[in-house]
Amino acid sequence: MRLAITGLQVSFGTRRVVDVDELHVGAAEIVGLAGESGSGKSMTTLAVLGLAHTVGATVRGSITLDGTELTSLSQRELREVRGRRIAAIFQSPATAFSPVFRVGSVVHRTLRLHGMSKSEATEAASRAMRQVLLSPGLLDRYPSQLSGGQLQRVAIAIALALRAEVLLADEPTSALDVTVQAEVLGVLRELRDRDGMSVLFISHDLAVVAELCDRVAIMRDGRIVEQGPAARVLSAPADAYTADLLAAVPVISAEAGP
Amino acid sequence: MTPAAGDRQAATAAAGHGAAPLLDISELAVRFGPVRAVDGVSLRLPPGPGGLGLVGESGSGKTTIGRAALRLVRTSAGVVRFDAKDIAGLRGKALQDYRRAAQIVFQDPDGVLDPRMRIGATIAEALVAHRMAGRRAAAEQARALLAEVGLDPAFAARYPHQLSGGQRQRVSIARALSVRPRLLVLDEPTSALDVRAQAAILALVGRLRAQRNLAYLLITHNLAIVSELCEQTAVLYLGRVAESGPTGALLGRPAHPYTRALRSAVPELGGATTARMVLPGDPPDAANPPPGCVFHPRCPLAVDRCLTEVPVLREVAAGRLAACHRAEEVLATSSASPGPAPASTAEGSPPGPTAAAPPA
Amino acid sequence: MIEAPAPLPAQDAVVPRGEALRLGLRANPLMTVGAVLCLVVVVVAVFAPLIAPYPADAGSATHPFAVLKPPSSLHWFGTDNVGRDILSRVIFGARVSPVVAVLVLVIACVIGIPLGVVAGYFGGWLDEVIMRVTDIFLAFPPLLLALALAAVLPPSLTSLVIAIAVTWWPWYTRLIRGQAASVAGRPYVESCRALGIPSYRILLRHILPNSVTPLIVQVSLDFGGVILTASALSFLGLGAQDPTPDWGLMVAEGQNYFTTAWWVVTFPGLAILVTAFAFTLLGDGLRDLLDPKRAFLP
Repeated sequence: MRLAITGLQVSFGTRRVVDVDELHVGAAEIVGLAGESGSGKSMTTLAVLGLAHTVGATVRGSITLDGTELTSLSQRELREVRGRRIAAIFQSPATAFSPVFRVGSVVHRTLRLHGMSKSEATEAASRAMRQVLLSPGLLDRYPSQLSGGQLQRVAIAIALALRAEVLLADEPTSALDVTVQAEVLGVLRELRDRDGMSVLFISHDLAVVAELCDRVAIMRDGRIVEQGPAARVLSAPADAYTADLLAAVPVISAEAGP
Repeated sequence: MTPAAGDRQAATAAAGHGAAPLLDISELAVRFGPVRAVDGVSLRLPPGPGGLGLVGESGSGKTTIGRAALRLVRTSAGVVRFDAKDIAGLRGKALQDYRRAAQIVFQDPDGVLDPRMRIGATIAEALVAHRMAGRRAAAEQARALLAEVGLDPAFAARYPHQLSGGQRQRVSIARALSVRPRLLVLDEPTSALDVRAQAAILALVGRLRAQRNLAYLLITHNLAIVSELCEQTAVLYLGRVAESGPTGALLGRPAHPYTRALRSAVPELGGATTARMVLPGDPPDAANPPPGCVFHPRCPLAVDRCLTEVPVLREVAAGRLAACHRAEEVLATSSASPGPAPASTAEGSPPGPTAAAPPA
Repeated sequence: MIEAPAPLPAQDAVVPRGEALRLGLRANPLMTVGAVLCLVVVVVAVFAPLIAPYPADAGSATHPFAVLKPPSSLHWFGTDNVGRDILSRVIFGARVSPVVAVLVLVIACVIGIPLGVVAGYFGGWLDEVIMRVTDIFLAFPPLLLALALAAVLPPSLTSLVIAIAVTWWPWYTRLIRGQAASVAGRPYVESCRALGIPSYRILLRHILPNSVTPLIVQVSLDFGGVILTASALSFLGLGAQDPTPDWGLMVAEGQNYFTTAWWVVTFPGLAILVTAFAFTLLGDGLRDLLDPKRAFLP
């Protein structure tokens, strides 16, 4: 298992917001973490990145990446893991790009921070951009000159260029138009198939999870109430809450006739 | 026209309770500087009950149309008529009457309620301002409205920050309903909500539609919602209508390549039912629209004609309008996939052309 | 299917307004301190003739044999350059300086807030006109403008108040206009317009309450500033005149003796400091109290 989360507990003082017994993502696999707002999905992401303390939460439990125990690493060691081995993209791509810098400079700086030389960085960046179906020329633009979908793809390109093993995607397409979302989802599938990346995909949109993910875990109030192959969980749920959520998803009813 | 189709068309017309539309938008254009947010849109909404869906992505102009229908933005061209009267010319009492008859529910449940006012006061505010009721009576009505949208009257004493997003959205609907509107514009009513809160709002709209004979304009990017609540739908792209028609038919057999792409891009629980068609490129710049058909740079069916000639919105089948040079082809080749079986909503039945007017 | 509200955490409970005020005071100890201090100043001002050991010294008395005496058991704050008891003058000063400051701030608010709110909400030409007028006033160095005005008006406390107020209001207009413009763009205001609620109601019940918070803090901070401006003007001979026991005037006049008789400047200065501080605390607390989200947070 690439990423294994066991007995994870995240708390704010006495209030426990995440209580996950077991959640893992294998190589070349997209696992969905679905739930409503407040279910603890985003806190789980922060915990995996070792950033939970920045919002005042305490973390207990085990998070291993290819056998390495992340919870026992120092912040300095974690900084090397973040970005290089575990990458993350968030709902608003603006969080990754400062508006005063060209997009390319952010990409280059990140790559060089993780040890690449100037020429390596340039080469890797161009290659990654093409992999996410963007022209490398777009790196010269400022974030305001790129659309949300393009920015999100650049963020994914950074993960690609660093050859990250795991990608944490926290609602990456919730703020995007549906046609742009389709493109980004396609890129994520490519990452899994072509590069063998492990993706933990967090979302409240069950339909997206159904289409994209191999396995899914349903989260409620910090706990995972059900997990398993996406096709099974989302068509024949064993848990009443999951069934509730599924019943609430609106469905397109189209008729065949003119 | 087959007899069955003729029946359906008659039924669709009948569902509109008569010929005169409640809301008649004609060649509407709205410009913000160089940006043509709305560029020649004509739509008709019959009197209730019933809904018209406005579907589009960002930059389509759908939100602007909703605001224009309520005189919340200045229009550059075209006419918006409510009850056959041009709303731009309304003054004084007529304007006040209009403000009561047409209401809007905004999409952002966070900013939509004054954080310093208690819920009860917020709902009663319009009643008091319009002198429709005294303080006491208004508070009473506010509590009744809370019940109507499915919230306990105890909510009246609370502040907005003590409510969840879905609850705030319902309060916003209650506030709009306080003046007894005949037309409700719902601007992305569920985008910011969790899936169960979404379902509750949709059920609420369905209930209100039946109980209050409401006509509504449902603005959204979510095809599933219009499928559940709207008899007619118009698909918008860059400020223009790409196609319009009865919702079921439009989604099942699109007559415009953009609708097809949209339909194909929507993720579904049951997995892909139609071949996934990914639109290349990004939505165009509204300040510099492409020449000819604005969709041509991303259209898989574009031919030479599309680069120079702007397609006109025309009837391509019974009750179906499309703005595409090759609309007939698109219609003919649209996959006749049945799609997942229509889910019955919690309250009320899905509005389809065969549904008769709801019982009085 | 009626949805019942989730139970609220105790600190967030909904309470009627009267109790809300009491709870608010308890939860904001600093504000209570500020309020108490302000109350002390008011009491001192009201009962000045009874509290001051040498009430006549607040007027035009002179004592040539007690000039510049350091603090002692006879004169707790020492005496000034004509032998008057500083303690008594400071006490009587509570009737002058804070009143001048409060009057100035009130007038500045009365002029500045409506202009700012109207400019921010309506925008367009009204906004342009109001802001250009405001800019004109702002372009003058405040002291210069106040001087010019004070020179035209007969020197007195009233003139002082008017002169300073006239230079003070533009800052408030500008401050609140920005807030008002931002509030005017919020969805709940648009929803009011869609509901046909008349503009004056929107202004009074939505724009004003939601824009005024930064102003409360600014006003409370300005208290000290006004007193010092008043002192500068008074020192230049426009405004409070000797023997009026204006704190600012006492500080300004006492500067000459600072190296030899520190007490002449220090005690009135402390009075200004304490009162300004109390005002600031009050302002902070008031801002918290008016915010429904923060009202009862400790």
